[in-house]
Amino acid sequence: MRIMYFAWMREHIGASLEQIDKPDHVTTVADLISHLRGVSAGHALALSNMEVVRVAVNQNYTSLDAPLNDQDEVAFFPPVTGG
Amino acid sequence: MTVRVQTEDFDAGAEIGALSSAEPGAIPGAVVSFTGLVRDRHGGKIVHAMTLEHYPGMTEKELMRIRDEAMARWPITKATIIHRVGRLLAADQIVFVGCASPHRDAAFEAARFMMDFLKTDAPFWKAEETEDGTQWVDARDSDNAAAARWSKD
Repeated sequence: MRIMYFAWMREHIGASLEQIDKPDHVTTVADLISHLRGVSAGHALALSNMEVVRVAVNQNYTSLDAPLNDQDEVAFFPPVTGG
Repeated sequence: MTVRVQTEDFDAGAEIGALSSAEPGAIPGAVVSFTGLVRDRHGGKIVHAMTLEHYPGMTEKELMRIRDEAMARWPITKATIIHRVGRLLAADQIVFVGCASPHRDAAFEAARFMMDFLKTDAPFWKAEETEDGTQWVDARDSDNAAAARWSKD
């Protein structure tokens, strides 16, 4: 899967894009977050408070219980501030 | 129908002209537009510049969804959304939203609707440069309240 990070989340993690093979126990967005928190201190920090994180799967906003496939593009980012 | 995400500046007058133009017999009675500028002050600090990051692909998709929803809710004949990305200086133009309609109420409301949802749904992020350094701008509750006004009961 493609995992993307934007704004301060990208800075905490130190990468805008990660390619990973979906672990078998990861079936939802919430599972993926638990998995990613264990990857590094930066991941744990960026994903520590999901109140300030939005999630998109295949470029559509989604919720933490959304199911995931190995081909999905999952993006994590802060609440948007354009305009 | 135009949705554009670009680094270069835009000509708001030319965009209004494009919204106003139509075949004889189909000239819109109303064109409403909004142009957003980079503020030079935010939270009591002087802002010199800002850098806009976005999510290529999803940004365009969200802007098209917002425009299509406005066109479904109001009798609009044309709609344009332009948003700049990259580094912008204070007073630079950052966003343009405009639409044409036979009626002014529809044009005013649709333009406001597109701008309100652009602020809450389109994946852009601002990092401001002030005398204290560069900081990511926090989302504002008032923007969510502005978008929530449009929800149907």
